[in-house]
Amino acid sequence: MSIKRLLSKTETISLCIGFFVILVVLPFLNAFFPENHPLHVSAFTLTLLSKYLCYAVLALSVDLLWGYTGLLSLGQCLFFSLGGYALGMYLMLKIGPRGQYHTNLPDFMVFLEFPKRFPETGGLPPHWIPFQHFWFAAAAVVWVPALVALIFGFLAFRSRIKGVYFSILTQALTYAACLMFFRNDFTFGGNNGLTDFKEILGCELNAPSTRRALFIATGLLLLGSYLLCRWLTITRFGKIQRAIRDSENRVLFSGYATANFKLFVFVLAAVIASLGGALFVPQVGIINPSEMGTDKSLEAVVWVAVGGRGTLIGPILGAIGVNWLKSYATHSMPEYWNYILGGLFIVMTVFFPKGIVGIPGQVRALHQRWAATHETEPAIETGMVAPVIVANPEEKP
Amino acid sequence: MIERTNLNPQHKEFILTLEGVNKTFDGFKAISALNFYMDTGELRTIIGPNGAGKSTMMDLITGRTQPDSGRIEFGKNTDLTRLNEYQINRLGIGRKFQTPSVYIDHTVFENILLSLPGTRSVWEALFSRVTPAQRDRIQQILTTIRLQDKGEVKAGTLAHGQKQWLEIGMLLAQDAKLLLVDEPAAGMTDEETARTGELLLSLAGQHSIIVIEHDMAFVRQIASKVTVLHQGTVLCEGTVDEVQSNERVIEVYLGRKHEPKKTL
Repeated sequence: MSIKRLLSKTETISLCIGFFVILVVLPFLNAFFPENHPLHVSAFTLTLLSKYLCYAVLALSVDLLWGYTGLLSLGQCLFFSLGGYALGMYLMLKIGPRGQYHTNLPDFMVFLEFPKRFPETGGLPPHWIPFQHFWFAAAAVVWVPALVALIFGFLAFRSRIKGVYFSILTQALTYAACLMFFRNDFTFGGNNGLTDFKEILGCELNAPSTRRALFIATGLLLLGSYLLCRWLTITRFGKIQRAIRDSENRVLFSGYATANFKLFVFVLAAVIASLGGALFVPQVGIINPSEMGTDKSLEAVVWVAVGGRGTLIGPILGAIGVNWLKSYATHSMPEYWNYILGGLFIVMTVFFPKGIVGIPGQVRALHQRWAATHETEPAIETGMVAPVIVANPEEKP
Repeated sequence: MIERTNLNPQHKEFILTLEGVNKTFDGFKAISALNFYMDTGELRTIIGPNGAGKSTMMDLITGRTQPDSGRIEFGKNTDLTRLNEYQINRLGIGRKFQTPSVYIDHTVFENILLSLPGTRSVWEALFSRVTPAQRDRIQQILTTIRLQDKGEVKAGTLAHGQKQWLEIGMLLAQDAKLLLVDEPAAGMTDEETARTGELLLSLAGQHSIIVIEHDMAFVRQIASKVTVLHQGTVLCEGTVDEVQSNERVIEVYLGRKHEPKKTL
């Protein structure tokens, strides 16, 4: 497939600029300018940006489901967290004797008296053992969420669970998982989760070079996810995906087993989210069950709505923008953050249903209308009319 | 007592057979002992008051619901009662919904493309390309439904009547042998209605078509055999004139006897 068919000209240019900055300029400024130099980008800034980019990957996966297939998943953070936990387990085992108790066992296993529970392995639960290999953890980042999504999706789509019922079920799923991970005897660190990581693949996590490498890796992941989603939209599959969103019955009565298509998208989105989570954890330094909370998944939906669902650049802008605002607001006016987030969601969905990326089009349309009315009747003033939001029009056969 | 004209249940050319079909929803008998036979290549109209079971009958044929009892067969020996919607569609039964259901965000061309046979699995869909033969076929269908200049237009921007035609075009693209067309003339102007009638007439013969319609002028135009459904069963069958002069039909439609038949 040629690049020309895959990406439009403006898209190619903006992608090139955006990812040139992320993959080359920022790491360069971080590496080659001394800390007190005005052009220096600190490791802290890189890591913060990295966090936003991981969230952008998560937002892409939400949009692949919601914006392109009409499946509003309110539990996408479950898959994000599963990826985080899978890699977190590897990171935990690489702490070694540098923990509080100076044993080879992760700290929480020591104070939860795991040696008594699993005496034959010296305290390490058997399913943790293969996670000392990076390749196993990396594979688990892909197959664990894929399997969970496959089973859940198979049951949900076979039973033809749609619309809000699907949303509620995904929310219930992530909430159930959250409660499960909270339990100490579930062997994943209970409410503290996994933290205090020291090294990844033999590199110190706190070293500036490791931070830089992780930042570049995150940028590459986002670029890869973007290109994959873009490729999907131009295939016949992508067309069927949007057809399911707009008129699922028509697709079903045209001979397509729509459940299979939805299942494929659901599993793919789970894997993308999980990869984002896997890169999130070493950089943020902690993963705990609150990441699976229903509020986190809802926030991801807000990013997509703010950025513009059904576009691929929208969720990325939304995730970065809203999280930047969150970092700023929770720091300077923490008590108002929830009101800001809620207000943002309402204002965007009511006045800018196509999100940030839809604003230029809206302005153009308004301007055209203004020009048209002023040509015919220059005296009459045009009032701005709020566009009506239409949820996926559910067709009735 | 079921009244049938020109019908011999013994002959073997039926494309669709419903026999002794019953369907109850929460105690409401939507379809009751329904017998229905249709010849290959026939254009048939089904009429009936609201709640007569027309839509349920379509649902039963297309696999959306399963009958409580009875036989539904396509062609000679294909039992439809155990198949689901997409399996039945792949056999060659296409359904047009009452409200136009087209893919509003896709172009007219893409709407037809997605309806062409083949490419039904996820894997094929990821890697399939449009062939020149498919392009020709799409252009041919667009000409048939008089949308040849609208190929690159988004389906959502079409006029109501054009959407209805597009959906009929999508059934044609599926190579459907049997077309179930639910209220094709609803919401159309007189001119559009007349055109729709012409379109359906031109398709009859190569396709077998069932039309559900309320507009008697339209039914008269396509001059097909009419089946009247009432309380989930066939009340009578015959030509438009026969049906309109039938006492029981008048009674059912108007709730009382001795009403002038032209108001039907």
